[in-house]
Amino acid sequence: MTPRIERRSLLRAGAIGLAGLGVTRAFPAWARSGTAGLVPAPVPLSGEDIRLRVANSAFTVGGRTGHAVTINGVLPAPLIRLKEGQVVRLHVENALDEDTSIHWHGLIVPFQMDGVPGVSFPGIGPRSTFVYEFPVRQSGTYWYHSHSGLQEQQGHYGPIVIDPAEPDPVAYDREHVIVLSDWTFLHPHQLITKLKAEGGYFNRQKQTLFGMIEGGPEEGMSAADRAMWGRMRMDPTDIADVTAATYTYLVNGHGPEENWTGLFRPGERVRLRIINAATMTIFNLRIPGLPMTVVSADGQNVRPVSVDELQIGNAETYDVIVQPAEDKAFTLVAESIDRSGMARATLAPHLVMAAPVPPLRPRPTLTMKDMGMGGMDHGSMAGMDHGAMDHGAMDHGATAAGSHSMAGMNMRDKAMAPASVKVGVGVDAIAMAPVDRTGDPGLGLEDAGHRVLTYRDLVSLTPNPDPRPPQRTIEVHLTGNMERFMWSFDGEKFSEGVEPIRFERDERARVVLVNDTMMTHPIHLHGHFFEVVNGQAGNYPRKHTVNVLPGGKLSFDLTADAPGDWAFHCHLLLHMHAGMFRVVTVRPLDGDGA
Amino acid sequence: MKPFRSVALCAIGAMIAMPAWAQHDHHDHESHESGAAQAAPADPHAGHAMSSPAEPADPHAGHSMPESAPAEADHAHADHGAEATDPPVRGPSAAALSGPDHAADAIFGTAAMAPAREIARQEHGAITSGKVLIDRLEAVIGKGKDGYAWDAEGWYGGDIDKLWIKTQGESRFGEKPESAEVQALWNHALDPWWNLQAGIRQDLGAGPDRTHAVIGIQGLAPYWFEIDGALFLSNKGDLTARIEAEYDQRLTRKLILQPTAELTFSAQDVPELAIGSGLTSAEAGLRLRYQFVPEFAPYLGVEHERAFGDTADFRRARGEKAGGWNFLLGIRSWF
Repeated sequence: MTPRIERRSLLRAGAIGLAGLGVTRAFPAWARSGTAGLVPAPVPLSGEDIRLRVANSAFTVGGRTGHAVTINGVLPAPLIRLKEGQVVRLHVENALDEDTSIHWHGLIVPFQMDGVPGVSFPGIGPRSTFVYEFPVRQSGTYWYHSHSGLQEQQGHYGPIVIDPAEPDPVAYDREHVIVLSDWTFLHPHQLITKLKAEGGYFNRQKQTLFGMIEGGPEEGMSAADRAMWGRMRMDPTDIADVTAATYTYLVNGHGPEENWTGLFRPGERVRLRIINAATMTIFNLRIPGLPMTVVSADGQNVRPVSVDELQIGNAETYDVIVQPAEDKAFTLVAESIDRSGMARATLAPHLVMAAPVPPLRPRPTLTMKDMGMGGMDHGSMAGMDHGAMDHGAMDHGATAAGSHSMAGMNMRDKAMAPASVKVGVGVDAIAMAPVDRTGDPGLGLEDAGHRVLTYRDLVSLTPNPDPRPPQRTIEVHLTGNMERFMWSFDGEKFSEGVEPIRFERDERARVVLVNDTMMTHPIHLHGHFFEVVNGQAGNYPRKHTVNVLPGGKLSFDLTADAPGDWAFHCHLLLHMHAGMFRVVTVRPLDGDGA
Repeated sequence: MKPFRSVALCAIGAMIAMPAWAQHDHHDHESHESGAAQAAPADPHAGHAMSSPAEPADPHAGHSMPESAPAEADHAHADHGAEATDPPVRGPSAAALSGPDHAADAIFGTAAMAPAREIARQEHGAITSGKVLIDRLEAVIGKGKDGYAWDAEGWYGGDIDKLWIKTQGESRFGEKPESAEVQALWNHALDPWWNLQAGIRQDLGAGPDRTHAVIGIQGLAPYWFEIDGALFLSNKGDLTARIEAEYDQRLTRKLILQPTAELTFSAQDVPELAIGSGLTSAEAGLRLRYQFVPEFAPYLGVEHERAFGDTADFRRARGEKAGGWNFLLGIRSWF
């Protein structure tokens, strides 16, 4: 039904030769195009002592060169391959003129080794070395990145693979790491400055008058609905803050034209270890013609579930098995959530092969559900959503009714939020009726026409370790002001000197995240895995980062078993930088009198 | 924890015994819609794990949310509706509040951690930024009155408080500015969209240069109207007011039609400034700009300006018309 329109000439269908690109960049072996995949340890960065050097580098993509902050001179940073049960010492030398740090994302480490300056340690000063040392207590796919000065946006990120001590329950013949990221030639602080100067600066896909007259999937919203969104000063096309207007989306450091290619032999079971290392981009990932069996989420094994597409939030990881039977190439497509651009790679039996690149699909449009009104049992509103989103049709009767009933509503009713939420300048909306969206596939994927992963599909392979029911609820609201680019928890930026979120050691608690904003926020808790309450009681998926859909509500159960101070933040890093950050404390510490 | 570990290993063992996972590849996705139902038969261990620790319901839970307690305890049969009932919202326990304020200080020392903590605080929300916006810099072509006009502003500061500078004026080509003013304001955010502005305004044009105290509001009204309204109290005690509104109508993603309106008022006659009391003048404009990039957009426009009441009489007395049309050619730019 939905017409597919080709909007960008940048990504032409068909093979794009590698010749003539003149790429002379340094890549680690696994990230080189044409790689046969990962090789088992020992690899350069394995064993008990690993040396990493953070330094300024040049990075070239799309024929243009810019400044990057890299580790050991490569972007992405080298693969670190560890073994569950070993002890590792990571010697991190800072060759920059500014502080740096490395956070081992998803690794269960003592708090002082977690790598967040000002929370877990003082940071790594210029021209100095810090040695991280910790036992490796887990296995799976993880990653590492800077927690200093938005350096991650400049290239300071890389993958970690930990082999299990016991035989791996996942069978595979070959493995590739797929590091997704977003690259800009702007300094990360310029991104912030632009967004502060003009709300929605990077959104070049707003609705227009001529577009409305012409119609089409991106403009299928009635005049009445446009007026309603306008009345609220909300933009239904505000899907991503930073877009392809400045970003080049990368797979293993390669832009779409450079077409990173991973090899396979037909019939093999290929394990893709997918990591979203982007600063501001949530991706929709698919491999047309090749179903993906998800076997692990955030490094934790899940019961295999076969899908055709999945949305991956910043800092999430998914391991999928693909089994290409034919002697042909497949395109891996990772569209940005706003469909302004894509990362593209190829899986092929030979380096020279490529498959067609599908055009970008139409930009999604936000709905009443994204506005936090999903829980309102209102027939006319549901009709409006579908009319606007699915078919581009304008059901005037339904929309008019919906808009009318909306006219008297206060979209920022303080009474709808608990007293812990400070509804001030930084809060432009309060979700009136937030709903559990763990069964939703992610913004814009409701009508993808094929199987899309939802959190409800994730079932832990092993029973959850702590069967105690949670004893109390901590409700945290995700709040923001799109126009002023302010982001916070409970209406307060971290810089305002907020109280930490405090847990008693080993207590079992439920954290309820309520998204009052109209954006998807990937929320990350350091130092712990938590169980996402998704209907799979007893086998909840254990995650370190969780996407909270707009207008949605997501609960996780947490055993606060890691004493210390931990960061808790939105992994859209400009949101974190704008204030969406908290310290979580777990007490008593080791050695404290109880 | 021990028993659960063995259950976990058992589950892994079961998976190893299975043939390759490819057999799951054609798993019917529809069954995932009802996740709980699909999960139950797939793993017999799940039931064991969850039924063994059947604890009595938390006595505290019962107090504030009686309906939640049974559902919470019965995990083995929890469906999604029941598990969504949360335990009561409670603050941290005394033990959670025990121990040092900052865990890392015991390892790295407060001397090293305190400055890092301050940087971390600032780097998570305390952003200062600035902008210079030349909203209009235009040639004004009218009957016997070709000239130029400008309207610009700049700000610097945090999310709540900013220094805000505004300037506007107009003149005929080759002459001293007919009217010109500069305002220096403290800008304070009142709510998500509105700012209070207070400060001073200095007139610099032809005629007597007044200094005014300024108080106003600027912000975004429903339906995306940008509004700027202010009261001015001059050093001669004259009270005047001005309100401006503009709206950006995107025709395409780069072509933007901007209607504007401006009204000025005076509480009294000010003959030396040729202002009469009441509504003194009104201006309506329409500018069509092409945004090559958001920061740079040339435009074409028309504008109608007219004086009212005594102000119009003052103009006629000077041999001018009370109002008229102008054609505009200009640029909008910011950085």
